[in-house]
Amino acid sequence: MWESFYEQFILYDGYRKVLRGLQNTLIIAFGGLLIGILLGTIVACVQVAGKRNKVVRAFSYVGDVYTALFRGTPIVVQLLVFNFVLFPLMGINLPGLFESLIVFGLNSGAYVAEIMRGGILSVDAGQLEAGRTVGLSYTATMVKIVFPQAVKNVIPTLGNELIALTKDTSVAGFVGTTDLTAAFRALASNDYQIMIPYLMLALSYLIIVVIFTVVIRFIERRMRKSEKRS
Amino acid sequence: MKRGVKAQTSEAENENVRQDVEEKTEHTALIEVENLTKKFGELLVLDNISEKIEQGEKVAIIGPSGSGKSTFLRCLNVLEDPTSGAVYFDGVDLCDLSVDINLHRRRMGMVFQQFNLFNNMNVLRNITLAPVYIGLQDLRKAKRKNFFRRIANVFRKEGKKRELIPIDKTKQQIKEEAEANAMRLLERIGLADKAKVYPSTLSGGQRQRIAIVRALAMNPKVMLFDEPTSALDPEMVGEVLSLIKELADEGMTMVIVTHEMGFAREVATRVLFMDGGKIQEQGTPEQIFGSPQNARLKDFLSKVLQ
Repeated sequence: MWESFYEQFILYDGYRKVLRGLQNTLIIAFGGLLIGILLGTIVACVQVAGKRNKVVRAFSYVGDVYTALFRGTPIVVQLLVFNFVLFPLMGINLPGLFESLIVFGLNSGAYVAEIMRGGILSVDAGQLEAGRTVGLSYTATMVKIVFPQAVKNVIPTLGNELIALTKDTSVAGFVGTTDLTAAFRALASNDYQIMIPYLMLALSYLIIVVIFTVVIRFIERRMRKSEKRS
Repeated sequence: MKRGVKAQTSEAENENVRQDVEEKTEHTALIEVENLTKKFGELLVLDNISEKIEQGEKVAIIGPSGSGKSTFLRCLNVLEDPTSGAVYFDGVDLCDLSVDINLHRRRMGMVFQQFNLFNNMNVLRNITLAPVYIGLQDLRKAKRKNFFRRIANVFRKEGKKRELIPIDKTKQQIKEEAEANAMRLLERIGLADKAKVYPSTLSGGQRQRIAIVRALAMNPKVMLFDEPTSALDPEMVGEVLSLIKELADEGMTMVIVTHEMGFAREVATRVLFMDGGKIQEQGTPEQIFGSPQNARLKDFLSKVLQ
């Protein structure tokens, strides 16, 4: 069994495929989270500010619909719909990697929006009031005072989102992206020795997630430290 | 400690001052409240209050909890939007939506029960944030206006050219000036060594004194205190009260919501007793504490003073 895997992995260049898959998985996870954070932050800000102004409120309804759509359907379905319905209808033809990047970005945007909204609301209302009473505008107070504190509160949850997203990328193969799962599956189907490749697949995800966890803890601690002594 | 931070005035602000002068004839007191009513849903918190606060007065507001004292104070700088009525500050109606409220709030310092120092900034940044931000904003505005004026002036005839707004400070100078002012204020309260420290490491009394200094950095015309000592340990009440008293002695106009009757008696020039959303009785501290007339005030004082 092991010899066969060794053969496939080293001698027949299987490792290249796996590395390519790992690369794609990481690109989709980080890229998706990045897009998600940008999108989600905008949606969250609009929703938090929604009470203040009619124009903003209209936009906040758009945000509501967006989060409802992307949180209400499974990611696989979203991938399929985008790949086989929306993109063809719009006449867009993208490589699988970009396609998955966009879909995962949109998907995580919906979750990050809720995370960010929670983060902003968790900052004590007194901070906003204090900012307003020294004569700063609503926007300035949000940007300078509330938002930095919200981000600090939100880091652990965002880490969680990164981990979830990384594991979700395993379905990117549905639209022809060679991610980690697809790479190992290709290995497995080459000579019908399926046990070892899938075991390795599970192990690689586990290792990635453990590394992420450690890094996130580190960042979190660094950010907390700034609040204590200096 | 008075002047210094905000010598930088943009044209927009000058225009506003001019408007102030025009309207001042109507509302001469520093703060004038007219028929102020505030409802939270169905609950009537402030019931048609009209009141004037003159320059230099130290007004203490006392009353049982839920009587609307804090809400009244928060309506003075429109932190709570009044349901109806008007608040004039320096002759300008703050409830008017066309008024740039941020411009006027800078002249009203506010101190909260929960201090509300900015947790993500050190003490010095806490104090300099607003002066620097506003200074830089004014600088940017002036530069932008000058830019367009310079272009327009090319096409204007000689003698009809519009003057440029004088820019006498660089960004660096604005920052340095604000920091120097902040350090002076910190030295005054004896906390200069805490300038680089984050608020979470300070005691309640220290935090509250810094919150007061943060408000002072804007050179306010009036200071609003919302129960400044209620969240403090008993041993720290003294340091905060003595700082407030110092300010009062310097002639700062202030409105203080407080439960410290002794303090109100000592510092205030006028005491308002509020209950049920109305000002039930007001007068000098001697009248209020010496010979109260209103039955509810008598009852309140007998409970508080024992």
